[in-house]
Amino acid sequence: MIIDYIGVKEVSGSLIVIDGVFNVSFEEIVEIRLDDGTIRQGRVVQIDGDRIVVQVFEGTKNISLNNTRTRLKGHPMELALSSEILGRVFDGVGRPIDGLGDVFPEKKMNVNGMAINPVSRLYPKDYINTGVSTIDVLTTLIRGQKLPIFSGSGMKHNELAVQIARQAKISSDEKENFAIVFAAMGVKNDVAEYFRRSFEESGVLQRVVMFLNLSNDPVIERILTPRCALTAAEYLAFEQGMHILVIMTDMTSYTEALREFSSSKGEIPGRKGYPGYLYSDLASIYERAGMIKGKKGSLTQIPILTMPNDDITHPVPDLTGYITEGQIVLDRALEGEGIYPPISVLPSLSRLMKDGIGEGYTREDHSALANQLFACYAKVKDARSLASVIGEEELSAADKKILAFGKEFEEKFINQGFGEDRSIKKSLDLGWKLLSMLPKKDLDRVDDAILEKYYQEEKAEDKK
Amino acid sequence: MKNQNVIYGINGPVVTVKDTDSFSMMEMVYVGNSKLIGEVIGITEEFTTIQVYEETTGLEPLEPVVGTGSPMMATLGPGIINNIFDGIQRPLRGIENRYGAFIEKGLGVSALDEEKKWDVKIKVKVGEKLFAGDIYAECQETSIITHKCMVPPNVAGEVVMAKKNGKFSVNDVVVQIKTENGKELKLTLCQQWPIRSPRPVAKRLPTTIPLITGQRVIDTLFPVSKGGAAAVPGGFGAGKTMTQHQLAKWCDADIIVYVGCGERGNEMSQVLSEFSELIDPKSGKPMTERTVLIANTSNMPVAAREASIYTGITLAEYYRDMGYHVAIMADSTSRWAEALREISGRLEEMPAEEGFPAYLPSRLSEFYERAGLTKNLNNSDGSVTIIGAVSPQGADFSEPVTQNTKRFVRAFWALDKSLAYTRHYPAINWMQSYSEYFTDLDPWFVQNVGEDFVKYRAKISAILHEENKLMEIVKLIGSDVLPDDQKLVIEIARVIRVGFLQQNAFHKEDTFVPLEKQKLMMKVILHLENKARQLILASIPIARLQERGVFDKLTKMKYEVPNNDLSAFDGYIEEIDQAFSEILKV
Repeated sequence: MIIDYIGVKEVSGSLIVIDGVFNVSFEEIVEIRLDDGTIRQGRVVQIDGDRIVVQVFEGTKNISLNNTRTRLKGHPMELALSSEILGRVFDGVGRPIDGLGDVFPEKKMNVNGMAINPVSRLYPKDYINTGVSTIDVLTTLIRGQKLPIFSGSGMKHNELAVQIARQAKISSDEKENFAIVFAAMGVKNDVAEYFRRSFEESGVLQRVVMFLNLSNDPVIERILTPRCALTAAEYLAFEQGMHILVIMTDMTSYTEALREFSSSKGEIPGRKGYPGYLYSDLASIYERAGMIKGKKGSLTQIPILTMPNDDITHPVPDLTGYITEGQIVLDRALEGEGIYPPISVLPSLSRLMKDGIGEGYTREDHSALANQLFACYAKVKDARSLASVIGEEELSAADKKILAFGKEFEEKFINQGFGEDRSIKKSLDLGWKLLSMLPKKDLDRVDDAILEKYYQEEKAEDKK
Repeated sequence: MKNQNVIYGINGPVVTVKDTDSFSMMEMVYVGNSKLIGEVIGITEEFTTIQVYEETTGLEPLEPVVGTGSPMMATLGPGIINNIFDGIQRPLRGIENRYGAFIEKGLGVSALDEEKKWDVKIKVKVGEKLFAGDIYAECQETSIITHKCMVPPNVAGEVVMAKKNGKFSVNDVVVQIKTENGKELKLTLCQQWPIRSPRPVAKRLPTTIPLITGQRVIDTLFPVSKGGAAAVPGGFGAGKTMTQHQLAKWCDADIIVYVGCGERGNEMSQVLSEFSELIDPKSGKPMTERTVLIANTSNMPVAAREASIYTGITLAEYYRDMGYHVAIMADSTSRWAEALREISGRLEEMPAEEGFPAYLPSRLSEFYERAGLTKNLNNSDGSVTIIGAVSPQGADFSEPVTQNTKRFVRAFWALDKSLAYTRHYPAINWMQSYSEYFTDLDPWFVQNVGEDFVKYRAKISAILHEENKLMEIVKLIGSDVLPDDQKLVIEIARVIRVGFLQQNAFHKEDTFVPLEKQKLMMKVILHLENKARQLILASIPIARLQERGVFDKLTKMKYEVPNNDLSAFDGYIEEIDQAFSEILKV
């Protein structure tokens, strides 16, 4: 028996309250039909006896206490999936918006997903060659990793994401199995269009699934956008055996939607008004990256988030950093100097790189080189602040060398063209070339055998 | 109407039941048709509030809620070691076998393998008097751990039946006793214990034995004792997890309980794969033979995350009671505190600092106080050492979890982002960290490593503090203008930092360093300092000594000298002496 519940008891923010409801289950999807014929979707977020609270995805505009008929759908939020979704465009809650009609489902999956059993996880070890020196050498991306880009408004994070997506090398026999899932949350139309065009230009559009919740789309739908995208990604990765790269932008907009929802529900706020469960909620998104034993596919995530006021201690980047396996931090000062990609090397990190590099993966000297570059570049900062106090002229010879190294490092190593695809060998060699500007004895992170093999003596002589 | 308990309201992981008085506080309950596990966390006249340890999606009002009559229990028996559990002690391997790679809900999988037959030796005879803690049976749990089945606390009596040695599974009755009031009790290989209550001990002992970790900065500068509690706070990327892993791999506890509380799934799979490949240096057996993992990753239900810490410490105490030294790594206690906050928020409790509930400090102290070196009920000695990671928000140590933890631990290893940026690992900041265990431990160090060790440590620590002061000046005017004796402090401190404090977890010789080698390394460094100071007194610039590369040589001795042959250190001393006399000759 299908029952329509007429009218609502209360409307508040994006929530409506309905009384006298029976046989309702938690997180069940409801359909709300307005008198003017429009249909909206909602989700049950709280039950108290026969009173339910429903979150309306499209917002509560025009809803009055008596102009609605609400129907329970009998299941939680599900996404219709088949391998045909490749090349399609959906809105933030998984409805096709490219005019090609509904997806004929091979399978329907709950968008909330289920936790991967830690025992079933395969520890990720295959590195992805992105062709960007700073990432490949210093914060290596590993297949199955979640590596966010911490950026700020107006910085070139979108370009970097596109470059990674375009250049990410997957060995040739698996090329067929590579696809991108793109989730836009609260980004501007132009940005979504930029991504679409870039995918088209690099000829991968047929292998991209897009979920778009743009800045003028309903805010509450945004809460479901990454979940829909990841459900599609999980399906492609673990049921179809594909290697999936998920790009999600902008996670900050997502958390703001969550905050809006939480405050209209009257929950007790935590830091900066974000709900107390922000960590668990973000984790339920990020933790869906990974690889599973016995399954061919993989799910790699590159979430992009803009740090409000470039503040890395803001709750969103802070909690993200605690969940993700490292981070790539962009720096406004570098961007100002015209360096692309403006990756701030010191705070950037890839937690999984240690097992995916070195002999058999990249090259034996990789980890020593990376450590040494970090250590030397850290000294550049000290030397610069000293120089700003006493003047560059007054610096000791050693500090002057460090300064010169820092400048070259930024201009030659970090800086690279948007279309430039550097091989890992080239990037590593470049690293050694730069290190050779410094006296051999200062390279204390490298053991002697490797130092002998890769340190370029003549380079050092030149500089003297 | 006891059996008429049904769900009234649902809000995330919190479920309410109306009009009932049949539940008691902290009682474990089954919620809904799929029997989700929950725990009673609040009772009012009108409502009983339950936190559910699993996803509540799909749950409906009017589904049944059934009480079990007892609080959340851990099942203690053979089969715990080498296992991996979730936060409420469900075996993840068992779940995988039955349900596949994703964790579904309402899983009825028992904690220990009930099929497996253990080779059991019965240690008691009919007529014997048994008291709480007495061992009545033993079996070889893994190749290095002997499992001892003990009479549960608060139970005593006379043996009326004892099976012969043989093969039994965990639920087989092996011994039967008659208590004083004439009740007969059946003892199997396992027992239950409520996870939120500490297991009783005869008495606490002073913590006078260090936990040897093989990590120089910890063993030398900030040691922790067996039965002590230490905290490792640090922002993301500072190396908390790496430090915890290193300790779990190398510390000299008999058993490691590693609790991954609200952390990354890939990290847990790394622990799993790494530990099964690693060989324990003491026993020559794989690390997993002495390790229990509790994995409640960040995307698993939040209430179970809250319970995982208690499950972990209960398992640790159980093995302590057998007379083992147990170390428990909790990574991270902040996630646990946040779980408390989350549940507290759902209960609409009045928040205290930063939204954390007002009972956060008392919960933290309850947890850390379960550490200790103890005389157990059965007269054996055992210990539980707690090493808790803290993930302060925005790497700001003034936040409530870090501050409250500081009050209850006696060793504090502050991880420093700026050290991590320069890839100085372990990034333990020697200015902010401290250990209060020195006075307890020094007699042990003097007796076992030698008086020198304590002396060298004081000297090393003094040099580092002096360097810190000098660095303030160097930052302003550069190091060139310092007088030679201060330059020496900076140079020696550099050798200490790079050559001694920094330790490479991926280097075969450097990942674990015995105390004797730590001592000799300090000796060589201080010998150099001593000699260089003589040069300065003779007005010879230390640059002369630097030119000979002795300073740089010392920064690499950690790699050059093998752990099993420490004689090479004499060579370093000779080399310093030689360089010194040559300079004097010129």
